[in-house]
Amino acid sequence: MDHQGPSVLTALGLQALFDSLRHRGYRIVGPKVRDGAIVYDDLDGVADLPQGWTDEQAPGRYRLARRDDAALFGYAVGPHSWKAFLHPSVQRLWTARREGDAVTVTPEPTSAERFAFIGVRACELKAIEIQDRVFVGGAHIDPHYRARREGAFIVAVNCAEAAGTCFCVSMGSGPKVEAGYDLALTEITEGEHRFVVEAGSEAGRQVLAELQAHAAMDGDLDAAEAVVQRTAASMGRQMRSDDLRELLAANLEHPRWDDVADRCLTCGNCTMVCPTCFCTSVEDSSDLTGAESSRTRRWDSCFTMDFTHVPGGSVRASARSRYRQWMTHKLSSWVDQFGTSGCVGCGRCLTWCPVGIDITEEVRAIRESPSKQGAGT
Amino acid sequence: MWTLEIEPDGPASAAAAPGQFNMLTAFGVGEAAISLSGDPAEPGRLVHTIRAVGPVSHALAQLRPGAALGLRGPFGAGWPMAEAAGRDVVIMAGGLGLAPLRPAIYRLLAERARYGQVQVLYGARSPADILFRRELESWRRRLDVEIEVTVDHAAVSDWRGHVGVVTTLLGRAAFDPANTVALVCGPEIMMRFCAAALGDAGVKAEAIHLSMERNMKCAIGLCGHCQFGPVFICRDGPVFRYDQVAGLLRHKEL
Ligand SMILES: Cc1cc2nc3c(=O)[nH]c(=O)nc-3n(C[C@H](O)[C@H](O)[C@H](O)COP(=O)(O)OP(=O)(O)OC[C@H]3O[C@@H](n4cnc5c(N)ncnc54)[C@H](O)[C@@H]3O)c2cc1C
Ligand code: SF4
Ligand code: SF4
Ligand code: FES
Repeated sequence: MDHQGPSVLTALGLQALFDSLRHRGYRIVGPKVRDGAIVYDDLDGVADLPQGWTDEQAPGRYRLARRDDAALFGYAVGPHSWKAFLHPSVQRLWTARREGDAVTVTPEPTSAERFAFIGVRACELKAIEIQDRVFVGGAHIDPHYRARREGAFIVAVNCAEAAGTCFCVSMGSGPKVEAGYDLALTEITEGEHRFVVEAGSEAGRQVLAELQAHAAMDGDLDAAEAVVQRTAASMGRQMRSDDLRELLAANLEHPRWDDVADRCLTCGNCTMVCPTCFCTSVEDSSDLTGAESSRTRRWDSCFTMDFTHVPGGSVRASARSRYRQWMTHKLSSWVDQFGTSGCVGCGRCLTWCPVGIDITEEVRAIRESPSKQGAGT
Repeated sequence: MWTLEIEPDGPASAAAAPGQFNMLTAFGVGEAAISLSGDPAEPGRLVHTIRAVGPVSHALAQLRPGAALGLRGPFGAGWPMAEAAGRDVVIMAGGLGLAPLRPAIYRLLAERARYGQVQVLYGARSPADILFRRELESWRRRLDVEIEVTVDHAAVSDWRGHVGVVTTLLGRAAFDPANTVALVCGPEIMMRFCAAALGDAGVKAEAIHLSMERNMKCAIGLCGHCQFGPVFICRDGPVFRYDQVAGLLRHKEL
């Protein structure tokens, strides 16, 4: 069916979408239940989706629970984010071969993999846009990120359920997807189980045109709108965000950093799960003879001691300085560097912190304290 | 301390400005940021001065003549040479900090008539730690530049020069603070004291320039390691105007 505007797909139609994407050569990745969590992994079909599952989240706590409906996307976000595919945790950069005194360096070819991401949330789209600014928005481009990013097809989903740790409304990043997708779905479980689909790109329009989708009726659109309205009204958390750059920059010596340092284990979990964290390190290795060597890039975390190692020792040796770096980077200096906050309010860092440190609570503690420096209310 | 001279064999890299650095790879070991320390008038000779402190710098220092190494660069913002024209120039170096300042000194001496007074104030830990000693001595014989060297400790008594921190040399230097550009490189604490002493002497913060050091894994603003508050030292520095970083330098462990 070929019409412009929003369309409606059934669960069966969703399988046709998977088939079409696979036919076009995409590697389909999306949510599935594994090891007690909803993770992103290769999907064979709609049957792999976490049907009837939801996630219950609180600071330091994540648990899967059964829903009383058959929703396919009835959860919020899990420990994985799409950066694992666009900016993989391990990436070889080059190999080198020595013959006599001559060394030939061969850059690692960029990936030809074309991913179709299924179930990308509004906050995650925003996180991808933020990583775009880091990796392809400046003077130096990361060719590996660019190749994977340019090849990707994005099927977004409007959230029908906010977790207890979500605060995308505060960060202006959700729950409704606004831009940056090829197709956007809204799942409707009341009445007939169906999806309102909108195309956001030419590639999305082409795929949608091939599916057995009929034009959405007013009732479908109203139901879809109600879904995001309901989600927006049920955010688990709130954080005032308009003045965070100035608030934190003015409070680098606030006593709250000592307080959080007493709780933080500097494990770095928050940086690993955060969909915008991009820091990496490199490791070189060689074979026993030294003839072959290579350089590999890995995710790194500002919570490690090595991160700021200089010959005199680590610049950020204390837990206080490392937590302060993480939080002020996310919410304050990111704005100076990239013109946007580094936080999309996905709540992962709260959920996956073993001691339940809550970034929204840390901000509130500084904002509301009598020892706060600088202007603001 | 080793001096490494590299002959590029690939496509010629851009001529480096004084104060810029290269990323040097010892194959199989790793990569390190190393400043160019040679004469900018000879861009075909890439000279680096390396202190062997860890795995990469050791491996670089042990390279035999003719051996291959990896090189990316030059990177970063260098010393404000254009801004120094027509003004007095005070150079303050601590320890290995003299290496990234050496190209600036070459440039000042080569174009000597363009600048006012030129002072080089250098502090080393001990007489044995003085870098480029013969060169410093030959510069000292010139009448158009003032070179002062001080050491923290002079255990052996054949040292007849100054003893004390480098800021003590500032009182002896003749320059017009209102019309001076200061270039400072050394350990962070030394740079903070130098900036304060220069400020006390009447040099404005905008006229003081520091070269910062942090862990660097990429030099192109992608790895996140060199962040210093809002700035990436690899991309926005390593040379900064003091007034732009003075607020950040007040915070420990930033
Ligand atoms: C802009 C700039 C210019 C520079 N110019 C020069 C120059 O001209 N000459 C010069 O000699 N140096 C220069 N440096 C410093 C030089 O880049 C570092 O000294 C470099 O780290 C040396 O690497 P290395 O492997 O020899 O030693 P290390 O840095 O000691 O070791 C490398 C790695 O080993 C690990 N490691 C080693 N020891 C420890 C430890 N105690 N704790 C945790 N991890 C550890 C770290 O992961 C580290 O990344 C410059 C640095 C910058 C940023
Ligand atoms: S800082 Fe926390 S809430 Fe914000 S984007 Fe990262 S993981 Fe999500
Ligand atoms: S805030 Fe939590 S997750 Fe992050 S390093 Fe500290 S203990 Fe780990
Ligand atoms: S060294 Fe990687 S961001 Fe500066």
